[in-house]
Amino acid sequence: MTLSRETVINLVLALALLIVPVVASQMGQPFTVTLATRIAVLALAATGLNIALGLGGLVSFGHAAFFGIGGYAAGILASHVFSGEPMPFGFEGSNQMPVIWIFAVMACGLAGLAIGAISLRTSGVYFIMITLAFAQMIYYFAVSWPAYGGEDGLSILVRNQFPGINTMLPLSFFLLSYGVLIVCIGLFALLRNARFGTALQAARQNEVRVASVGISPYGIRLTAFVLSAMMTGLAGALYADLNKFVSPSMLSWHMSGELIVLIILGGTGRLFGPVAGAMLYVIFEFALGGITERWQFFLGLILLGVVLFARGGLIGLLAGKARHG
Amino acid sequence: MILSLALEQLLNGLQLGVMLFLMAAGLTLIFGVMGLINLAHGSLYMVGAFACAVVAAATGSFWLGLAASLVAAAAAGAIVEFLVIRKLYDRDHLDQVLATFALILVFSEGARWVFGSFPLYLDIPPLLAGAVPLPGIEAYPLYRLAIIGVGALVALGLYLLISKTRLGMRIRAGESDREMIAALGVDIRTLYTVVFALGSALAGLAGALVGALQSVQVGMGEPVLILAFVVIVIGGIGSIKGALVGALIVGLTDTLGRFLLPPLLGLVMPASTAATVGASLAAMLIYIVMALVLAFRPRGLFPAKA
Amino acid sequence: MVDRPILELTDLVKTFGALRATDGVTLDLRAGEIHALIGPNGAGKSTLIHQICGTQQQDSGTIRFAGRDIGRMGVSERARLGLGRTFQVSSLAPEFSALRNVMLAVQAKGGSSFRFFRPVMRDRALIDQGMAMLERVGLAQRANIPAAELSHGERRQLEIAIALALGSKAFLLDEPMAGMGPEGSKRLTGFLDGLRHEAPILLVEHDMDAVFALADRISVLVYGRIIATGTVEDIRRDPAVRAAYLGDHA
Repeated sequence: MTLSRETVINLVLALALLIVPVVASQMGQPFTVTLATRIAVLALAATGLNIALGLGGLVSFGHAAFFGIGGYAAGILASHVFSGEPMPFGFEGSNQMPVIWIFAVMACGLAGLAIGAISLRTSGVYFIMITLAFAQMIYYFAVSWPAYGGEDGLSILVRNQFPGINTMLPLSFFLLSYGVLIVCIGLFALLRNARFGTALQAARQNEVRVASVGISPYGIRLTAFVLSAMMTGLAGALYADLNKFVSPSMLSWHMSGELIVLIILGGTGRLFGPVAGAMLYVIFEFALGGITERWQFFLGLILLGVVLFARGGLIGLLAGKARHG
Repeated sequence: MILSLALEQLLNGLQLGVMLFLMAAGLTLIFGVMGLINLAHGSLYMVGAFACAVVAAATGSFWLGLAASLVAAAAAGAIVEFLVIRKLYDRDHLDQVLATFALILVFSEGARWVFGSFPLYLDIPPLLAGAVPLPGIEAYPLYRLAIIGVGALVALGLYLLISKTRLGMRIRAGESDREMIAALGVDIRTLYTVVFALGSALAGLAGALVGALQSVQVGMGEPVLILAFVVIVIGGIGSIKGALVGALIVGLTDTLGRFLLPPLLGLVMPASTAATVGASLAAMLIYIVMALVLAFRPRGLFPAKA
Repeated sequence: MVDRPILELTDLVKTFGALRATDGVTLDLRAGEIHALIGPNGAGKSTLIHQICGTQQQDSGTIRFAGRDIGRMGVSERARLGLGRTFQVSSLAPEFSALRNVMLAVQAKGGSSFRFFRPVMRDRALIDQGMAMLERVGLAQRANIPAAELSHGERRQLEIAIALALGSKAFLLDEPMAGMGPEGSKRLTGFLDGLRHEAPILLVEHDMDAVFALADRISVLVYGRIIATGTVEDIRRDPAVRAAYLGDHA
């Protein structure tokens, strides 16, 4: 079996993201490891969004909501371990990542169900604006609710733990994040090629077609939106642990925009689009940020160029048009 | 006393609604005519505020500043339309969102480059300084009243423009059928630039007017932009009437919610809890209203197209 | 009740403002027949099709299909009952191959779309059924070509393959001959001739040669009304039809 060009590129990206931080860690450069972790976690968040946006064509401009909810799940559960105070509804705090992740994913699943159920009644521009508005609603709630830091955010004093791994070591935490990323990319690939993915992608290409073979697009899309929210939420929990801090800025609409940007920079609907996009983004941020404080100005120009002239993103540029079975 | 406070809040809500209408009218016009979703509309609001602040500071005249805000925002809008936006009309909404998101980055960082991160201040013109007594209210700021007046004038002006003038006829034709208007021999490119500049000027005007109430700073357009989105989603995207009704609903709901919710909740819970919960709920209230409207009317209160 | 028509429209009315696009249409489709619906442009054929498959809602009147009132059902629900349609303008998933387009229909027919892990392209049963349908319409060699790259005629064939895959109890074919060359039309005519024994066909078509060759019955729609229904001979002779419609061609 010969590998397609895209597969080769994907393998190269996956290996590069793994090898660079491992080598950097050997050479005593923990900052590079942190950058790589940032790439992995952002790529995970964007892979979640890619289910809705890339496969389903659902332009959610509110995925920061799920990213932030995931982050707050980590922050809030951890804070109760430190304060010793019980949580509402009889839950207990936890500083164990597996527990936190389950909470984050469940909370985002529920939020995704509620937001998706209403938003998916609409389409097009309405959908974009409504998802944006719901995310803003949660943002303002986080800002105005003082219990967990309000506007100032919430610190995670000690990074949460994972059984058998010392998460305080940058490389260990990177490898953990990387592992989660690869598993989720695998899930994305399965989803895309399964019956569900067929129906979801067909609904993006031609909604009437899907309905007239007897599949209701609404149910398919809502499921996709929920799955998408869950994966982005998981990334949010990791992101909070990476920064040992969570604040409303994780919920802000800039965050939602950035998640979309990651996908577009890499290539919409492509398996490794989010990874490529996150690499480009973090490297831009680092490289340009070193030269000028105003790096976002140039990011804006680059993004404009990509949207106007290079629609396939990086993967599209390297591997050509996407092929479906 | 309570009544006078309530009336004052009502007027504040009206004033916020009017501001939102200025923003939302441009957004909805641009969407209705060109089918474009423009995130950078908030940047044009910022351009208007900065232009007003800079010119007012240089000349000492708020009124020259106000004129400058209209000119600067319209010009910035026309230039952006010419360079970027017109390439986006036949793209999908995702591309429009991304490109205009990119424009926000360029505008915001550009403004920070030129003006720095410190806010500029814009004084209320002496003519409109001070407060006037109103029935039931001891004194209400004249400037806020003037903003409400400006909003009413703009609403009237837009109504006349669209229903009575040649340009308005073309706008209406462009909304219903783009091919037809091209067939009529109207230069559609120029029409689009004019509509975009008009929407931008309204945003710039709003920015300048608000600039004297708050401070003029980078990023000031973004919260307003999102509120304006809520407005046009509630009102029905593409409908000027919807924008007006939606703006008033959002302005009043937000202002009155912040004013009324804490004391109302105080009736059923301890005052300190009520203050917290009330404030959080009030912050979410307009979004809850929006969700309710959409649950029953997925295309808003005044759907513009079938 | 064996002889009850599979599809029955009774007094269907649909107005757009002052325009009565469908004006009291009563029409049926019986087992084993091809019932052609003809009429000049703007007669309301598309609007009627939209109401039958559920993309538009009638103002009044009933639509019964396979013994059930489907007039208030959604598009996908009607499709699940066995109403298979093709579109006037080809409506496919353009990025998917011909095979995957058919497989979408096979999966919709044969179970749930909520399967998240097993790759469809390794699902032998799904592929075999899809290929069988493509073979029936003569598209097997083009199975791996994206729908967007198929020729106009091939897309029509693919639409029919999809309707076949759904195991439809009735076919609603909206101008299947449109844009086909004479050779393609001839082949498709032969194919539809055999298809009627599988399930009856409501055929909306402008190609009169095809209509006269295929139809068991013809209904003529003018200004939202059926002005005549009958055999090919009846319709050819009907003076009202000649005046309103065929007269243009005479």
